Amino acid sequence: MSPHPASENSGIWKLIFGRLDWSSLPLHEPIVVGTFLMVALGGAVVFGLVTKYKLWGTLWNDWFTTVDHKRIGIMYMILGLIMFLRGFADAIMMRLQQAMAFNGSEGYLNAHHYDQIFTAHGVIMIFFVAMPMITGIMNYIVPLQIGARDVSFPFLNNFSFWMTTAGAIIVMMSLFVGEFARTGWLAYPPLSGIAYSPGVGVDYYIWGLQIAGIGTLLSGVNLIATIVKMRAPGMTMMKMPIFTWTSLCANVLIVAAFPVLTAVLALLSLDRYIGTAFFTNDMGGNPMMYVNLIWIWGHPEVYILILPLFGVFSEVTSTFSSKRLFGYSSMVYATIVIALLSYLVWLHHFFTMGSGASVNSFFGITTMVISIPTGAKLFNWLFTMYRGRIRYELPMMWTVAFMLTFTVGGMTGVLLAVPPADFVLHNSLFLIAHFHNVIIGGVLFGLFAAINYWWPKAFGFRLETTWGKRSFWLWVVGFWTAFMPLYVLGLMGVTRRMRVFDDPSLQIWFQIAALGAVMIAAGIACMFIQFAVSIKNRDQLRDTTGDPWDGRTLEWATSSPPPDYNFAFTPVIHDGDAWADMKKRGYQRPLTGYKAIHMPSNTATGLIIAGLSVAFSFGMIWYIWWLAGLSFAGILAVAIGHTFNYKRDFTIPQDVVERTEGERSALLATQG
Amino acid sequence: MATRSKIDPAFLDQDGKPLFHLGEEPHHPEGSSTSLGFWIYLMSDCLIFACLFATYAVLSGSFAAGPGPRDLFDLNLVALNTAMLLFSSITYGFAMLSMEKNKVAATQGWLAITGLFGLAFLGIELYEFAHLIHEGATPQRSGFLSAFFALVGTHGLHVTFGIIWLVTLMVQVAKKGLIPASQRRLMCLSMFWHFLDVIWIGVFTFVYLMGMLR
Repeated sequence: MSPHPASENSGIWKLIFGRLDWSSLPLHEPIVVGTFLMVALGGAVVFGLVTKYKLWGTLWNDWFTTVDHKRIGIMYMILGLIMFLRGFADAIMMRLQQAMAFNGSEGYLNAHHYDQIFTAHGVIMIFFVAMPMITGIMNYIVPLQIGARDVSFPFLNNFSFWMTTAGAIIVMMSLFVGEFARTGWLAYPPLSGIAYSPGVGVDYYIWGLQIAGIGTLLSGVNLIATIVKMRAPGMTMMKMPIFTWTSLCANVLIVAAFPVLTAVLALLSLDRYIGTAFFTNDMGGNPMMYVNLIWIWGHPEVYILILPLFGVFSEVTSTFSSKRLFGYSSMVYATIVIALLSYLVWLHHFFTMGSGASVNSFFGITTMVISIPTGAKLFNWLFTMYRGRIRYELPMMWTVAFMLTFTVGGMTGVLLAVPPADFVLHNSLFLIAHFHNVIIGGVLFGLFAAINYWWPKAFGFRLETTWGKRSFWLWVVGFWTAFMPLYVLGLMGVTRRMRVFDDPSLQIWFQIAALGAVMIAAGIACMFIQFAVSIKNRDQLRDTTGDPWDGRTLEWATSSPPPDYNFAFTPVIHDGDAWADMKKRGYQRPLTGYKAIHMPSNTATGLIIAGLSVAFSFGMIWYIWWLAGLSFAGILAVAIGHTFNYKRDFTIPQDVVERTEGERSALLATQG
Repeated sequence: MATRSKIDPAFLDQDGKPLFHLGEEPHHPEGSSTSLGFWIYLMSDCLIFACLFATYAVLSGSFAAGPGPRDLFDLNLVALNTAMLLFSSITYGFAMLSMEKNKVAATQGWLAITGLFGLAFLGIELYEFAHLIHEGATPQRSGFLSAFFALVGTHGLHVTFGIIWLVTLMVQVAKKGLIPASQRRLMCLSMFWHFLDVIWIGVFTFVYLMGMLR
């Protein structure tokens, strides 16, 4: 709570620490202090363990500075999972607060804290859970699926990861130093302007997203270039695996949408830092322009999240039905159409702005039209399953749960697309239920399908199923229990972001929703137990074939986990389901003739620039100008210095390739 | 695509059986995707400018009882400034022609001239900004002026970074000569530099010329 420390700071203190002082530390918030102690303790334990087992060298050389797309992909997933715990902690705190705050009770969270929590929940779940996890999956799988040895720009890939992490660190810092925004996850002005949010919260928000946004944009550029330029011989566009196609479309959306976010946040910063009049109430500013711009980014963003997972569901359905995907080309075109339409619907987020019947009708209709290609996809999945030999492994279970859940979420979305209905439902819990219905039912279920599906590829052993199934059922039932009551409440007119309620008849619905959240918590716990049990029993769960699911695409053609160079020989593709086709034609893995392989070398530059970006942002947030200036100069110097490094690759010698492939031959021989 | 597709004859061996690996490994030489990647980046940058143009379009009439374009803009100065930037693009073109002929000294010379034109552009722009601020037409004065300074200033910042980059490349060419890496980088900067020229044409037209017509 620091609306005025800057004015209290004087002279030399202000010069050195800006508006940072002792009152910036939330020592009066017992929940935050407790959290800090736990995080500090956890951090100390991790630090101690890493030191005890002498893992710093490995961490630095094999992970932090790596340019290997597979390791970077895994680091993205770990970042996403850690941030997921934070985002979920926020969620369950809100559910408990709302279940309690009736009959005069204020609940256990004060308004200042509660408003930060709902903002942080949205920001973290979208930017630091969903985005890193889909980027991680794409990073890991796309180069393997197209038969490449790495991405087009390996250094940029490492840099992107660290910038995303830097953004996450900035947002996490706000928990313990100062405060986070209290504006909702899109920080609409004038509330987010300096007049109504004078503290550091919105500045944490802005800089966290700007820094992470650079990483996202660059990884988008990187993956597009990779997919366009690095495909194996014979892989024409219409022979690309469907996941690669959906990734391509998602990355095109990233490159076409994230600059808008960068621009609009930059304008908001100008309003806050130098007092311009873009989004102010006076001096000719226009707050609705912010709302328009941020949704021009925001709507494509939700398709950036869901498209790659449509690809995952397609791969999973096809593999576990042991059939070619039904309607491959219609799937591709549906993806492209969704990508295009996602730019023509932004205004449906604020029909209530009052742009008039014609404009609202246009955006209402374009919104409804999106359900057509999406529906086509659902039927394609159903027809893929039809007369298939379906194996209900965990990835397939998540896919079926997705189909049921997402369809309901999609239909409530079409309801909201009707402008007159939206005037009633705008900003109600009906909307909250709708987008959780599609984001949890689509994005999260898709990520869980992807994790269960590709885990054996990444680590060389499967995830065990008992805890996986427990997690699955708790999640699915928990989701429906948690969010169906919100539909009911929304129809009864309850709006979002409320902290206390007057009408006691509503309480039962919030209590049911809280019960659902507790079930989801148990589901998350089961998932982590599943990981732990699988790691413990990895020898029984070992995948020696590299192809545990009888897969159909190229990532299953190499070993699990793949060697650093992915493929000893670049495969030639004759068919869309390249690996299924190779198996059918009696492909024999070559055992001789290995050659040395050129690979990009590791670098710490990305990590250093990201670290300096955190310092820069901290300086900007707290008005510590010398720190911001020095860090910025440092960023420039390191970036320029990096361009003077001309030794960016090395060669894996022939005998290392021979040894690695020999080990795989021995492993395959044990299969008989 | 549901039916089995025909195999490209290039991927068959002598007996007509499909090949799964080529005798010669397909090679992606370092930097083979750089032009494409950089082009995609430029398009994303273009979108930032698109947002700033849109913002300017929305706010260009929001004077808040302050000065408007007719009161502020000096078209002669802007014409001079535009000439500086256009000349710098031409001289960059000459630098690229010299690079193609592998003439290091000529390349460096033209790059230096390009940088000087760029600096002249920035100098005139800063003079214009100082003049405006001195007259009380600050970015804080009105929505119109906020949008004006943001759009023109962002372009100016891009030119500034372009010059820093240009100097860096001149040092690298001096140290390493016109090796493929240098050529590739000069090519990227070339795209960047001409891109800024195109943006400036938009600024010149929409902000200055159309502004005087309001």
